[in-house]
Amino acid sequence: MAFELKNWYLEKKQGEVILEYNGSITPELISEALHSIENSLNMKNEKNRVRKKVYNVFVESLQNLYHHVDLPPVTAPVEQSSNFGIIILSKDGTFYRISTGNFVKKEKLNYIKDRIDQVNSLSDEEVRMLYRDILNNDEFSDKGGGGLGMLDIVRKTGNKLEYYFYQFDDEYIFFSLDVYIS
Amino acid sequence: MYTLVNRIATSMETIIREGSPKTPFVRLDGEKGMVEIKGRSIPENSVEFYKPIIDWLEKFGDTPSEETNVNIQLEYFNTSSSKCILDIFKRLELIHKKGHPVEINWYYEEDDEDMFEAGEDYQSIINIPFKMIEMEE
Repeated sequence: MAFELKNWYLEKKQGEVILEYNGSITPELISEALHSIENSLNMKNEKNRVRKKVYNVFVESLQNLYHHVDLPPVTAPVEQSSNFGIIILSKDGTFYRISTGNFVKKEKLNYIKDRIDQVNSLSDEEVRMLYRDILNNDEFSDKGGGGLGMLDIVRKTGNKLEYYFYQFDDEYIFFSLDVYIS
Repeated sequence: MYTLVNRIATSMETIIREGSPKTPFVRLDGEKGMVEIKGRSIPENSVEFYKPIIDWLEKFGDTPSEETNVNIQLEYFNTSSSKCILDIFKRLELIHKKGHPVEINWYYEEDDEDMFEAGEDYQSIINIPFKMIEMEE
């Protein structure tokens, strides 16, 4: 069955949607989105510990998109901007879910998959040790994070990353990532 | 001789940067030997934000004050800031090693295990005494 963005949306919007955005991911958008969730009733009423985790992981997820996304395929039913990404923050039962979606070139699939599988395979203690190793390693990319982003998300949430790759066409994959915070 | 050294030491410019939604309040005071960073640090380009701070510390390292007090009170920070914060500590470590004691006060809110652990991460890498200070909400 062909990939339908509409269906993906429906699935990720289960629960109470706190913020939803699709379009160009820019520093200004990240500021606005953060400001908007800070002012949501859900966040205002949340425990300090959880609230900070949500902000932290939310920003990290958006900045991951900002630094890494590709131009979407011309046939995709979305805005043609060079930094196209989707983010949805919702509260589903006792969890907050941050879902991101973006189009990536097929050849990047294995790289992304390997990175996530590796992070997911680690115990809490191993995540922490690897984080320290990378932090103290001089080989940081000019984007600054040096591969700490995913690791940091897993560390802060204590949950595995859930990902899906949907074939969009011969050239592109839709990459979907869910992070849960409780 | 002493007056000359003093003149150099006191000629360190004090840097104060107000906080913004993505960047922390920063105060670098060479005369008092104070380094303060407070708030949140989540800029997209952390290297650009922290470069003047690292440069200042490098200059300060030539003629540091007798003791340096460092207060880090972050609400949260992104991974791109984490490396820059480590760079700050590495500069301070050089000063500490030269025999000018540096003390780092790492503040965290009482239920914020993430910020506590972040302090532990730095402590495990940097050879300067850290004081972990819990703040009540």
